[in-house]
Amino acid sequence: MSIFSRPSFYSDKKRELPTGLWQKCPACSELIHNLELQQNFRVCPRCDHHFVQPATERVEMLVDAETFEEHDANMVSVDTLKFTGQASYTERLRSYQKKTGLKDAVLTGFCQIQGLKLGLAVMDFNFIAATMGSVVGEKLTRLIERSTQERLPVVIVSASGGARMYEGAISLMQMAKTCGALSRHSAKRLPYISVMTHPTTGGVSASFATVGDVNLAEPRAMVGFAGPRVIRETTHQDLPAGFQTAEFLRDHGLVDQIVHRKQMRETLHRLLSYLHNIQ
Amino acid sequence: MKLQPLEFEKPVLDLEAKLADLRSSSAANDINIEAEAAKLEEKLEKTRHEIYTKLTPWQRVQIARHPARPFALDYMQLSFTDFVELHGDRLFGDDSAMPGGLATIGKHKCTVIGHQKGRDTKENLKRNFGSAHPEGYRKALRLMRMGEKFGLPFVSLIDTPGAYPGVGAEERHISEAIALNLREMMALKTPTVAVVIGEGGSGGALGIGVADRVLMLENSYYSVISPEGCAAILWKHRKHAPEAAEALKLTGQDLLGLGLIDEVISEPLGGAHQDQTAAVLNLRLAVTKHLDELSEQPLEQLLETRYAKFRKFGEFAGA
Repeated sequence: MSIFSRPSFYSDKKRELPTGLWQKCPACSELIHNLELQQNFRVCPRCDHHFVQPATERVEMLVDAETFEEHDANMVSVDTLKFTGQASYTERLRSYQKKTGLKDAVLTGFCQIQGLKLGLAVMDFNFIAATMGSVVGEKLTRLIERSTQERLPVVIVSASGGARMYEGAISLMQMAKTCGALSRHSAKRLPYISVMTHPTTGGVSASFATVGDVNLAEPRAMVGFAGPRVIRETTHQDLPAGFQTAEFLRDHGLVDQIVHRKQMRETLHRLLSYLHNIQ
Repeated sequence: MKLQPLEFEKPVLDLEAKLADLRSSSAANDINIEAEAAKLEEKLEKTRHEIYTKLTPWQRVQIARHPARPFALDYMQLSFTDFVELHGDRLFGDDSAMPGGLATIGKHKCTVIGHQKGRDTKENLKRNFGSAHPEGYRKALRLMRMGEKFGLPFVSLIDTPGAYPGVGAEERHISEAIALNLREMMALKTPTVAVVIGEGGSGGALGIGVADRVLMLENSYYSVISPEGCAAILWKHRKHAPEAAEALKLTGQDLLGLGLIDEVISEPLGGAHQDQTAAVLNLRLAVTKHLDELSEQPLEQLLETRYAKFRKFGEFAGA
């Protein structure tokens, strides 16, 4: 116990901002009104920091109006392992469904981008960190298979904390399942573009997200296999500047191009018009 | 190598010590203790049976990690014959955590690769505790493709806590190395068998594990995350690893029940390290049996069956 206590210059009461109305940019500390942020595609108007974008907003931003035909909209996860931790899997699913209005962590379907038809999947990080369980794996696999069937290109916009622990090895096997479907899609000479957004890690980075014919990433997105804390603890090494950012991966040869969110639609169309032969 | 006993094996060890004591004192004092020794032996057998036939998932994880267990190279040299090691990924380097090459098992000439751990610190530094870098996965792909070219089946022996979480591994894209293997193994035009011989640690295990037949040794585990890692996240402390091991359903029997693997290969009572000769033989018989069956199948059917097998993994509702 110290004799002298530090005088408090601040009042105990923090200046409270009405929650849900304003967000502070983690990069430049700018306060941005939620509505403005949403209208700006969740990109900071001052410094271009890319916030996490809900899947529904991203689909709307990327595709031609009224062209998204959603697939498997009602598919939901089940608690096969009867997983009991601090909270049961079933409870967790229910609370995220309520919070996000989504059934699970990915939206899939056919759509058009500037008149070009394709299979599109968008993951939503707000749903249990967009971890991949059976539903994510199955919806992606069906989308890829249907696209192979219809001879369409595939675009997957990834964001994920990795595999979904609550489904044990079943979730692990989704990595093999999705990559297997991609192998058949690729064998038909159909293009697959992977778009990595913040953050794309673990079992998702180690499966479909890194094997695009073209790999794109959003600016400053964190992409990697292991988390930086795990790497630091395992290796007792300082991590290089900008480690595991999209820019780092571009410089190390994994990412073809960093694309600003507002240019994504245009870029996808341009790339696909080179790669996809519509006979 | 001296066997290091695990905590739950203590009762067996105590009885073994008692029996040895009795024997030596009887020899020294020329007393007949046969009756008592027989009683002790019986008790020892009973205790062994009780402990080793009712292993909890967490106890199996500990056996799976036992340093005296046969490792990949032991199987490559003993279950297989005429092993020729081939080094390097032709891109960056050679990964000692994942040795591989050519070998023969039964009547099958094949390519083989596996994660290799070390038994002491020096060897473990060389083998990186069985945690491979991208070079290991790329060497595996190189060997698979070579086998495909020359009509050799591919066998992988899985024993890793996970792919290596390090700066170099990330700089050279461990994610992509694993992902590419998943994609390519699904379409590999030759029979493939994967055996989890110890630790089946997540993506690092699956990276050489997409195969026509996936087998597990009785005391191995295969999991999306280590029990400690899972406990740290979901129970907020690593000490809950035994509960996590239970919840993750990571043993061979559990995964066989879920339909995710094809066979559990039995081990000698108490684990593969208690009787290496038997363990080596069991693996040889199992792998040979599966390669015999697979090599009978037309290639097209083989690939269809492999795809369908992984395609059906997943549990969901509402569609």
